[in-house]
Amino acid sequence: MHFLHDLFEKQRPAFQKGGKFENFYYLFEAAETFAFTPPTTTPSKGAQVRDAVDLKRLMMTVVVAMIPCLLFGMWNAGYQHYTAFGKPHDFVGEFWFGLKYSLPIILVTYTAGGIVEVGFALVRKHAISPGFLVTGMLIPLVCPITIPLWQIALATIMAIVIAKEAFGGVGMNILNVALTARAILYFGYPLQISGEVWTADASGNIITAGMEGLVNGYSGATALAIVAQAKTPVLEALNAATSSWSPNMYSFENLFLGTVPGSLGETSTLMCLIGALILIVTGVGSWRIIASVFLGTFLTALLLNVLAVNEYMKLPAYYHLVMGGLAFGAVFMASDPVSAAHTEMGKWIYGLMIGFLTVIIRVFNPAYPEGIMLAILLMNVMAPLIDYYVVQANKNRRLKRATV
Amino acid sequence: MSEVKKLSKGFDINLAGKAQSTLAKTALPETCMIKPDDFVGMYRPKVFVKEGETVKAGTPLFQDKGLEGVMYCSPVSGEVVEVKRGEQRKLLGIKVLVDKTIDYVPFPKHTLSELSNLKKEEVLPTMLESGVWVQIIQRPYGIVADPNTSPKAIFISAFDTSPLAPDYEYLFKGQEINFQAGLEILSKIVKCPIHLGLNAKSEVSKIFTPYKNIKTHKFAGTHPAGNVGVHIHHVSPINNGELVWTLNPYGVIQIGKLFLEGKYDASRTVAVVGSEVQKPEYHQTFIGGCIDKLVANNLKSQNVRFVSGNVLTGTKLADGKDYLGFYDQQLSVVPEGNKPRFFLTEGWLAPVANRLSFHKALGLFSFLNPQKEYTLDTSLNGEEWAFVTTGTFEKVVPMDILPIQLLKAILANDYENMEALGIFEVIEEDLALCEFVDVSKQPVQAILREGLNMMREG
Repeated sequence: MHFLHDLFEKQRPAFQKGGKFENFYYLFEAAETFAFTPPTTTPSKGAQVRDAVDLKRLMMTVVVAMIPCLLFGMWNAGYQHYTAFGKPHDFVGEFWFGLKYSLPIILVTYTAGGIVEVGFALVRKHAISPGFLVTGMLIPLVCPITIPLWQIALATIMAIVIAKEAFGGVGMNILNVALTARAILYFGYPLQISGEVWTADASGNIITAGMEGLVNGYSGATALAIVAQAKTPVLEALNAATSSWSPNMYSFENLFLGTVPGSLGETSTLMCLIGALILIVTGVGSWRIIASVFLGTFLTALLLNVLAVNEYMKLPAYYHLVMGGLAFGAVFMASDPVSAAHTEMGKWIYGLMIGFLTVIIRVFNPAYPEGIMLAILLMNVMAPLIDYYVVQANKNRRLKRATV
Repeated sequence: MSEVKKLSKGFDINLAGKAQSTLAKTALPETCMIKPDDFVGMYRPKVFVKEGETVKAGTPLFQDKGLEGVMYCSPVSGEVVEVKRGEQRKLLGIKVLVDKTIDYVPFPKHTLSELSNLKKEEVLPTMLESGVWVQIIQRPYGIVADPNTSPKAIFISAFDTSPLAPDYEYLFKGQEINFQAGLEILSKIVKCPIHLGLNAKSEVSKIFTPYKNIKTHKFAGTHPAGNVGVHIHHVSPINNGELVWTLNPYGVIQIGKLFLEGKYDASRTVAVVGSEVQKPEYHQTFIGGCIDKLVANNLKSQNVRFVSGNVLTGTKLADGKDYLGFYDQQLSVVPEGNKPRFFLTEGWLAPVANRLSFHKALGLFSFLNPQKEYTLDTSLNGEEWAFVTTGTFEKVVPMDILPIQLLKAILANDYENMEALGIFEVIEEDLALCEFVDVSKQPVQAILREGLNMMREG
């Protein structure tokens, strides 16, 4: 690979100060550091050797952990389409359908985000952040496959500018960037990201009611939407919603496996757990946060069971864990190390609060069927406050020690 | 017997090139150099000798204008061949040509039983003049102790857990009497408890068996379990306004020898270790000895870095003719990492298992082979970024200290928070692993020193 490195180095003078492309130095640098770990060595004092992992590797590990969700999501998009239209289908056809409509979304997100990142790097004269490797994959996974490309591009750009670059770039953001993008879509273009938008028709658009070829009794509502409006016991309502065209679609097993409508990557709790396993084993994600979000959700749902005054509150607590985007949010969004609480004790509180708020929003807020997005964003804002008290406790222990 | 303190946090960097328990038959160094930069926080050295003068082992070479009376002495006898100065006449080092047989400055001799009758007034001046005082380090700050202060405790760590660290058992074999005498002398100069931190994982060696009036504590865990700062934190943490003195067993032995044999003996055994050393073993040399004899015909490759000390906290030496640091008991030789790595074959996307990481994002199955020895080079393995909090710092600091918050307080010049978050309890070596594991490749130890300097200057 020496020739490739030499080729790079030959171009360097043109990008350095006084060179023809000096304004594009950081683009050059990004390309080179992407291809080659730079030959920089450790300073003469201090740690003379360093851990083999760098930020890029760390980010890549998160992307790898998302791949099960992505692949499953692609297949599921096809599966949902063929089920809705009652057409005969096979595995390859289903996967191909999902691939055909999700790949453009991913490409557009990476391109739109990449342009912003490069632009900021050039103007602000800093290196190009590898953080976008993760964000660019997260955003498509939390959107429906029917999302218009221009919307996702716009949301990506706005989220990076508002949530990240405005705060100083990688490592400095308060809000999770990908969730900010989703929130922008959610509040800016609610028609395309809420309601029955999850299943695509043959040309990749949202299915409109009464469309030709749809199976009898079809409804694109998610499990969360169904239970939110349930007048009968919730499990019966879930059963009744799909009994005429896809029996048992909302059984606990199917919700766990993820063969239900929803955002591209969020439906399968199983795949999210595989991702969580990768993150935890590699030491990249915080098991404290992931576990505490699930725990907080479960405990809150149990509490509601005890206090139940309506059908939704009687929903078995374990259903909350597999419905909607809870698992995906817990594993990939809440555990984002930058926007989460930084202290170990703080991570428990942060996760439990996310779980608690998710259930509260789901059950008591008629406007938003899903609560995980808002819960995480709210706790992102609260995380520094949680840390403040944990740090304060550490300081107090030290002070107390001195006075004893 | 003391109970064992188990430390669950930390990380052992298992490098190739551990020293065998043998002593090489290398010749002693021809020159030695004492470098003021080895003494953290030295104000300004005042030099006593000129080029061409002859000195004995124990003749003062310079003193610190900020701490007058504490002498920094020649480790050997011979001719002062160079008083090396850099920009603005900054003293870089004093080089002494080593005599064939060492001539010592004479100091009063005592027997072991006589030591207990000595008084502080008799002991202290000898320690200050002879050069052994410099072995006493004061916390906070990790600087040479001020003889006019009195600490609340003295701590000695009897083991070293850092990468490729020398085995103290081997290093100090047969020095029991000197060690005991040194402890006796220390108890003369200050009236405070003396704590000895022992390794719970190994048998207590003869030299570190309990002495009267010495409190022993056992620690079990991975690096930094052997760091004296960790021992202090768990036994008698430093509160605001308190001082603790620390010594390496080498210092205690040197003090003991001074009073038993009446000489400043700066000879020492060092471990020459690392993946690039042909035969990693122990060598006899002096404090500040030239490394040329240690590495001659003893290297596997040419593109290497010589590190005085261990690879976590050590100092890069200029070349194979440079000099050991004052406090260092090991010379680590590792490959220089100054080559680019293609991202697919060796770089950040490569599926390689032979590179060491605290994160398991590399070498996912490394836990299957915990004994595996790694060869690490000096590559930074990435680019520097603003702190990305990944939660790993907390996993390698076995103390009730929040490293990220402390470092951020330093970066923000926030004196109040630095103090409240425990900056007085740590020096570079205690956070060295943070620097190693950091994915943002920040110079953690340099940042900490900056903070300590800020606090010291007020």
